[in-house]
Amino acid sequence: MNDLWNQIKLASEWLTASAQWHGEDGIPHRLGQHLYYAGASLLLAMIIGLALGLLVGHTGRGGFLAASLANLGRAVPTIGLLLLVITVVGLSVTPVIVALTALAIPPILVNTNEGVRGVDADTKDAAQGMGMTGWGVLWRVEVPMALPLILLGLRTAAIQVVATATIAAYGGLGGLGRYIVDGLSRNDYQLVVGGSFLVVLLAFIVQLVFTLLRRLVVSRGLLGQAKSS
Amino acid sequence: MDIDWGWIGEHTSQLTDHAVIHLRLALLPVLFGLMISLPLGVLCRRWGWLYPPSLTIANIFYAIPSLALFMIFVQYTGLTASTVMIPLTLYSLAVLLPNVVDGLGSVAEPVRQAATAMGFGTLRRLVQVELPIAVPVVIAGIRVAAVSSISLVAVGQLIGQGGLGYDILRGYQLDFPTQIFAGTVLIIILALVTDALLVLLQWLLTPWARARRGRAS
Repeated sequence: MNDLWNQIKLASEWLTASAQWHGEDGIPHRLGQHLYYAGASLLLAMIIGLALGLLVGHTGRGGFLAASLANLGRAVPTIGLLLLVITVVGLSVTPVIVALTALAIPPILVNTNEGVRGVDADTKDAAQGMGMTGWGVLWRVEVPMALPLILLGLRTAAIQVVATATIAAYGGLGGLGRYIVDGLSRNDYQLVVGGSFLVVLLAFIVQLVFTLLRRLVVSRGLLGQAKSS
Repeated sequence: MDIDWGWIGEHTSQLTDHAVIHLRLALLPVLFGLMISLPLGVLCRRWGWLYPPSLTIANIFYAIPSLALFMIFVQYTGLTASTVMIPLTLYSLAVLLPNVVDGLGSVAEPVRQAATAMGFGTLRRLVQVELPIAVPVVIAGIRVAAVSSISLVAVGQLIGQGGLGYDILRGYQLDFPTQIFAGTVLIIILALVTDALLVLLQWLLTPWARARRGRAS
């Protein structure tokens, strides 16, 4: 426990040193890069994952294909994909976004599909009986009822992306991973711990944001019975 | 991108060695994770209050980036295999524990009562009735944990633990795409084959599901 305390002390000393707070290698700049990589990838993955998930879940077709695609996405090692794309297109933001998007799609796709598919058939029947069309059923019944699972998928994806964006630094790019990679190569342990601490903090903030989001957007009738898994 | 197939042909034995190390580093943690989550899941079913705090702790670990967690463990376990395997074990818990608990929860009450009526004690009912019924849900969790673990271990190379992550980073350092490609594709293949074997295992472990499907068709 003493060691853990030392690590926290090291990290806080590093964080409070004024040198960390400006310039190219300063925390605000690195954090901005990190959030840019993560945000852009998450947005892309949301567009692809939600669209496919809603389509497959609503029509009930292509479930096997979607599951296989998600499985393949999970199997791809993010670091391999990142470095491979860098060797093909060169050093830019594109490889990072490609690799992180591939990482984020599976949880969004799987949970959206499961959520929509899991809506009770009687409920959908009732909605149709009330005169709702396919779109009406999708937007006013299926999506609201699937929302807890959809949000869970987005949360998992967001945490993984924020955590994994650190590997951008291995390709020679920026982000908070820079501190960990530079610290490792310079044998500067304080830098490694400080950088790790920031990434962990960011992951917790993401988790917190999704917990709040869930309270705000999920229908109150669902919260009591929503599955937590 | 030009792939030098000749290089891959000449290095098959090296790549095979790395694949074996890779699988060991990736799958032992899932096994350890299962050894923890099975008894813990049973206890969580028995005493419901135990589940929320256990799951919260597992989720907290899950939210810690692998690279950061590896770095923290370097201080305690040095640059050894444990530094990679302990964090991966902790990650697997976040996937395995809910699936064990949900799997045990999927046992219908009449089934449980029937087992009790046939004179099964708590332990025998657990081993012969509840756990077998939970197999599909538990294996679904193992599949996700195993596949993620196999692709995550590549990051373990950053603290020098070998496996196919070595080929990915080495290829990048030497600006030799073939080696990156070989490492990446082999990891994908290992993950997909492991996944397929787990599906097969589920098929073998649940003969009753086969019988039901056979009758229906």
